[in-house]
Amino acid sequence: MSSKVTAGGRRPPRTGRSGTRRSGLGRLGPLPWIGPAVLLIVVVVLWPVYEMVRTSFLKISVSGFVRGWAGLDKYRQLFDEPGLGSVITATVVWTVGVVALTMVLSLALAQLFDQRFPGRRVTRWALIAPWAASVLMTAIGFKWMLDRTAGVLNTVMTDLGIIDTPRDWLGDPATAWPWMMFVAVFVSLPFTTYTLLAGLQTVPGEVYEAARVDGAGVWQTYRRITLPLLRPAFLVGVVINLINVFNSFPVIWGMTRGGPDSDTATTTVFMYQLKSSDIGESAAMSVVNFALVVVMVAAFLKVSRWNQEEV
Amino acid sequence: MAQQTIQPSPGAPDALPPDGRRPAGTVRPRRAPRPRTVVVTAVAWLIAAVFLLPYVQMVITALRPAGELRDATYLPTEFAWSNFIDVWRESNLGSNLRVTLLVAGGSTLLVLLVAIPAAYYTARVKYRGRKLFLLLVLVTQMFQPTSLLVGLYREFHQLDMLNSVWTLVLCNAAFNLAFAIWILTAYFSAIPVQLEEAAMIDGLGRGGALLRVTLPLALPGVVTAVIFTFIAAWNEFVMGLTLSTVPESQPLTVGINSFIGNYTVQWNYLFAASVIAIVPVVVLFAFIERHVVSGLTAGSVK
Repeated sequence: MSSKVTAGGRRPPRTGRSGTRRSGLGRLGPLPWIGPAVLLIVVVVLWPVYEMVRTSFLKISVSGFVRGWAGLDKYRQLFDEPGLGSVITATVVWTVGVVALTMVLSLALAQLFDQRFPGRRVTRWALIAPWAASVLMTAIGFKWMLDRTAGVLNTVMTDLGIIDTPRDWLGDPATAWPWMMFVAVFVSLPFTTYTLLAGLQTVPGEVYEAARVDGAGVWQTYRRITLPLLRPAFLVGVVINLINVFNSFPVIWGMTRGGPDSDTATTTVFMYQLKSSDIGESAAMSVVNFALVVVMVAAFLKVSRWNQEEV
Repeated sequence: MAQQTIQPSPGAPDALPPDGRRPAGTVRPRRAPRPRTVVVTAVAWLIAAVFLLPYVQMVITALRPAGELRDATYLPTEFAWSNFIDVWRESNLGSNLRVTLLVAGGSTLLVLLVAIPAAYYTARVKYRGRKLFLLLVLVTQMFQPTSLLVGLYREFHQLDMLNSVWTLVLCNAAFNLAFAIWILTAYFSAIPVQLEEAAMIDGLGRGGALLRVTLPLALPGVVTAVIFTFIAAWNEFVMGLTLSTVPESQPLTVGINSFIGNYTVQWNYLFAASVIAIVPVVVLFAFIERHVVSGLTAGSVK
């Protein structure tokens, strides 16, 4: 990778100038350095985007045979789906609810695990478990724990007298939604908490010292000092969670497969359900899906005035 | 860091200053913990238990004999360790594990090869198109594989690359690239340019300076990128489900998902397989817990 090294292995020392200009790589400009990354992104990310948008305007048979252009037919077909309205509403409630709960709980968890106490390492390690285990397996684990006859959560709740008889929590959308949101929060907490823990590390200790000298109370210190200084980490957490939770497929797929029908589906799961019946309509759903993510993230960034703060 | 705190003279380590207070940074003698610490400890351990319970339950289920699977009991009367052997013998778990290892290992390697030069150059040189490149990376972060499934499937179908380990390597690498570039750019930016300039004056090219000087200093960042990519690729489900349709080329997550049949679910086998899939990653994560915070710290400070 280095420029030609002569027999002696050393070149005469050059003064004042960095070697970039004259070395072979320097002359080619940024291409050898960022070229491979750009290529990978173009082939695996941008090409599918193009392919997806194109597919949404095509007539394609179930076996994958292209039968010409469909124009906006697939979009019309999608918007005529009777379930679409409730799926979109559910998606918004799901995303906002899960992200909000995750952020509030993570703030508390980060504060707790930032303290010094015996066993901090072990307990932090336990906190990481849902992150290390695949989301799908965690979701399937909860599906099993909520099983009507053999689920341990049903057993615990009947033993504690919370419910009289075991219930089929995931069979009814009214109870399936809260449980799936619980699982989505559960798997989002580790990353978010760790992002906030990392943010807490960047707060210099002297700031707290100064606050104490000035006689600030615990709550006042937290609100006036910790929270504002946590802002960058908090924003990173919200944006990444918005994107992840909105697209969260394994939680819902592992627990209910979006069913019965599309009663527990978000737009992402709905898109997957459509894929087996009509790939063009599914592509149209994907395009709408992506537009929704962009709108949500942009709306959040606007509200939090991301740009002004130069995060 | 407390390394520079003034220490008592080595001869008399326990001599306290006249007012009885120890200088900051020295070890305090053991005394009864404050009530606050007790509460914090109790709550933290309780939360840790809640976070582990689902996985403990998975292990218990994995060890249930087939006859006691659907009993509403907390523990089976005996543990059927043979479940692990049965599931290994009677399913595709071996080839699933091989695919997952290849995909996770291959995509991690590819991410490093591609992200290190890009992040290094972006951190060091103000080239034309730098803003555009950073925008491209940010956009990649917004595109999740889930939202692109149809496009990905159509593309690799046309390329006749479905059911290939290499397709999964490429895809996992591409979707984890943004995060790696982000973390590594932050690390490289924090390393003083003067160190490299000195190396280049001594006759190393930019590439040599990167390999011999900067990279070793940015090792924590590289470790963070490696771990994040490896774990994300190890746990990836959606692309594997879509791009691999035959059992032999499917990763572990997809293989395990297929235990959920249309009518029956072999829960004990399913969780035995899950435990096999989860344990290596949990152990890996336990080793690098410290790096996670420092890696994310660098990322959020920029």
